[in-house]
Amino acid sequence: MKAIISVENFVSSFVTVWWTPLFMVIFFAIVAYALWPKNKTAFDDAARMPLRED
Amino acid sequence: MNQALTSKRITLGEGGLTLVFTLTTVLCVYAAIFAKDAPFAFHAALGAAFSAWAVFAIITRYSRRTGLPPQEINGVPNYNLGPIKFLSFMAMFWGIAGFTVGLYIALELAYPGLNVAQWVNFGRLRPLHTSAVVFAFGGNVLLATSFYVVQRTTRARIAGDLAPWFVAIGYNFFIVIAGTGYLLGVTQSKEYAEPEWYADLWLTIVWVVYLLVFVATLMKRKEPHIYVANWFYLAFILTIAVLHLGNNPTLPVSLLGSKSYIAWAGVQDAMFQWWYGHNAVGFFLTAGFLAIMYYFIPKRAERPVYSYRLSIIHFWALIFLYIWAGPHHLHYTALPDWTQTLGMTFSIMLWMPSWGGMINGLMTLSGAWDKLRTDPVLRMMVVSVAFYGMSTFEGPMMAIKAVNSLSHYTDWTVGHVHSGALGWVGFVSFGALYCLVPWVWGRKQLYSLRLVNWHFWIATLGIVLYISAMWVSGILQGLMWRAYTSLGFLEYSFIETVEAMHPFYAIRAAGGGLFLIGALIMAYNLWMTVRVGESSEAQPRVALQAAE
Repeated sequence: MKAIISVENFVSSFVTVWWTPLFMVIFFAIVAYALWPKNKTAFDDAARMPLRED
Repeated sequence: MNQALTSKRITLGEGGLTLVFTLTTVLCVYAAIFAKDAPFAFHAALGAAFSAWAVFAIITRYSRRTGLPPQEINGVPNYNLGPIKFLSFMAMFWGIAGFTVGLYIALELAYPGLNVAQWVNFGRLRPLHTSAVVFAFGGNVLLATSFYVVQRTTRARIAGDLAPWFVAIGYNFFIVIAGTGYLLGVTQSKEYAEPEWYADLWLTIVWVVYLLVFVATLMKRKEPHIYVANWFYLAFILTIAVLHLGNNPTLPVSLLGSKSYIAWAGVQDAMFQWWYGHNAVGFFLTAGFLAIMYYFIPKRAERPVYSYRLSIIHFWALIFLYIWAGPHHLHYTALPDWTQTLGMTFSIMLWMPSWGGMINGLMTLSGAWDKLRTDPVLRMMVVSVAFYGMSTFEGPMMAIKAVNSLSHYTDWTVGHVHSGALGWVGFVSFGALYCLVPWVWGRKQLYSLRLVNWHFWIATLGIVLYISAMWVSGILQGLMWRAYTSLGFLEYSFIETVEAMHPFYAIRAAGGGLFLIGALIMAYNLWMTVRVGESSEAQPRVALQAAE
């Protein structure tokens, strides 16, 4: 029983402390990926995908 | 077709499903005989009939088929359009059923004498209406378009042979069980999650197969990049699975009866319910239909997506933010105050990704604005995006606690929901179906663009009547409820506020009636497109319809 409680405490303290910064980092990494100048041509190409006919 | 090179063999799916449905038939017959309550016996009998039919259908199909359909014919993907045709037909069918029930309950509110029997009283018909329009109409549109879009944008035939049919028919069988259950009084009493435990279990199976079919199709894609519409579809499918499982861990009173109880009680149940409820709005009615927007608007306007970068950013912002917004449905309740504030804050932040999507949809028309004048289908979809922008501005505003103290429990909420449901979800679905039906049935164009124009204007007028009536009614209601006399007594009795609503309820019913008329025009137009429409392969190019 005690072991379960301490695991819960570890998980909950980890989540409360690190959840927000972790998600922020992931999100800003996604924004950087989206805005990275090198990726522009690939994205412009992807934007035309529905228009390509087979 | 050049198949039949391989010898005919029963597939694992055919054999397995025949076995499973045979067992289900036996189980359902047993359950129907020993059922504890009449609705459960009825549903078990339906289940037995459906399973027996499924066995018959699989065997008949096997005896008629030669080989399995090829993945490609002459280097072109051999798209599987059968399930899409079925789903489009069912979408239109349930749409008209759901709008009709909506009109009837609107009239019941204006004229309560229409509550003539227990099966058609407001309490039972209201979930029938919401489930029919959201899950039956919207769900079939999402299934149909997702099966189409994922095949087109991956250049691959959809995964599975029987699996797409299992999803399409199985989902509609779930709707029949859920809908007849409401009429018979079977309900969990959780908004948008009313179906009882056995319907929930069946939906879980269908939905997992849907996820597998979708993911397997993505995995066998010929295009290296996964197009943005598919991320939205995937987010929709995955999140609905999580929400459905999270909100429905119930314990049935008996395995042979319809009633069940939720594992947790009180405010925890309320919290889970609105985590589910609001994310059903977010991932069913938003993410799924944004996927439609990202494929059908560029396609119809013949313009690329305005900003693919914006689509990535607003997709992930939506994913990160939406899941927290649920508590705004529980302002000023037993829910902890900090949770309410958290829900409010995330709801306000949601405004940004929502408008990111709206801007991307509208600006995709840049360079093609003139098409709005000549193409009523495109106009319908663009107006839907405008309604999306409007209702996603209104929503965060109503989530602010001070505003919510006036708007909550009033018709303002009903008006807000319908500007999203009729304007955004309805119109973008209509637009998608107007595109999809000629494409999958191989027709050159719609039977009549003039009729689309009529549909557009009649339905738009209906929406305007609906939402303006509900704004006035809701704010009036909220103000009357909080009005005090100089001595500190409530100024109005509840029944006086109900009386004051009557004219607005009549106007709302008129608006709903117009929306239904528009849908009937659409059904006729689509029917005629399939019946008499010119095949897109026909050589002589003769215009079928008068130019707009």
